[in-house]
Amino acid sequence: MIRVVLPFHLRTLAHVDGEVALTITGQVTTQAILDALETSYPMLCGTMRDHVTHQRRPFLRFFACGEDLSHDPPDAPLPQAIINGAEPFMIIGAIAGG
Amino acid sequence: MSGVRVLVGTRKGAFVLTADAQRSQWDISGPHFGGWEIYHVKGSPADPNRLYASQSSGWFGQVIQRSDDGGKTWAPVGNKFVYDGVPGTHQWYDGTPHPWEFARVWHLEPSLNDPDTVYAGVEDAALFRTQDGGQTWHELAGLRGHQTGSSWQPGAGGMCLHTILLDPGHPERIFIAISAAGAFRSDDGGQTWRPVNRGLKSEMMPNPTAEVGHCVHRITMHPARPEVLFMQKHWDVMRSDDGGESWREVSGNLPTDFGFPIQVHAHEPETIYVVPIKSDSEHYPPDGKLRVYRSRTGGNEWEALSQGLPQSNCYVNVLRDAMAVDTLDSCGVYFGTTGGQVYASADSGDSWNPIVRDFPAVLSVEVQTLQ
Repeated sequence: MIRVVLPFHLRTLAHVDGEVALTITGQVTTQAILDALETSYPMLCGTMRDHVTHQRRPFLRFFACGEDLSHDPPDAPLPQAIINGAEPFMIIGAIAGG
Repeated sequence: MSGVRVLVGTRKGAFVLTADAQRSQWDISGPHFGGWEIYHVKGSPADPNRLYASQSSGWFGQVIQRSDDGGKTWAPVGNKFVYDGVPGTHQWYDGTPHPWEFARVWHLEPSLNDPDTVYAGVEDAALFRTQDGGQTWHELAGLRGHQTGSSWQPGAGGMCLHTILLDPGHPERIFIAISAAGAFRSDDGGQTWRPVNRGLKSEMMPNPTAEVGHCVHRITMHPARPEVLFMQKHWDVMRSDDGGESWREVSGNLPTDFGFPIQVHAHEPETIYVVPIKSDSEHYPPDGKLRVYRSRTGGNEWEALSQGLPQSNCYVNVLRDAMAVDTLDSCGVYFGTTGGQVYASADSGDSWNPIVRDFPAVLSVEVQTLQ
């Protein structure tokens, strides 16, 4: 089971509390996590990455196991601790005021 | 029992304000979508319980929300706004070509007779339409494909398509306005377009009377007389009596002819309202006095309406989509400010009262008259 932490506004939009649990068959990558999220929660389509190009929205970051993976290739394998659920995959909104 | 429902979009959420026909006691619900910018909320003329809201964020992009129960509950619908074909370029601020990039939906205009059909005006300027209640959106690409499209430039607020007028007298006729390209008209349901800017004069342009490039802030019409249009331009209040074919200035005795919104009285097609703003460099009312100006002669002769509005130390702005009128017997007029106040007048503007004083900055105000 893959654990995902969404930022507040996406939790509200998707009507979820706390972490999201995803089952992913095949290689666990950032792209696979986003695909699974958008399948389970279609209202999140377009809010994390572009509908067409799949480019990450610029003010979002992907953290895992204390590392910023935002600039890694989306099809790069994620750490074992994400795959076995020991650590959550974190989607973070950039910190900004106003 | 009749009443009104005022739909308010703000920098930090949407609010729904309801009152009976007296318009003195208000019930306020919200914030809906708290923390998100709500550029516009508007109800379907064909089904008043069907509402659409444009919800956007610099972090998470665009979401469209729909309510089928008058704003009590909402559900996200489609948010895929993809330009038709190869988008091409328009001009950037420095005159260089810049790719068209979708940023947000500024304005939602539901069809006059089908609750599932809605037009969306977006930044970078384009017109989209849904015919399935918001699930899917498709560009009416003839507008952006106009031969002048590659020369359009953004205004300071971005290159937004902010005004959509559906002509009740000619079902295939649509007017739109873009900052800073100008006004355009389609006579075939949005397939083809032509600029309708003859008579506009914008001194900041190299050619002040060019076919396109004018910073139109807002256009309005009375539904019973759709060939007569009123426009608040960046500078100048304008009027057209021939469906936009030509325009003439009707700024008359206004203290300043800069401003954003313009509205027409629900029962008096020659009565119009503007909110003069000191200048395009300052964006607040002259002399710190918030005054709506009303013309009962279709322009040129204006009177200040100030009863109930702050007449000292007021430095708010009123944005282009932030004024509306109801259709009750005594026409109500409403506007919201960047200071978070929403003012209502139940007597055509003679006197005003704040419905709320401390909302986030108001981006849009619409009103539905409920029977």
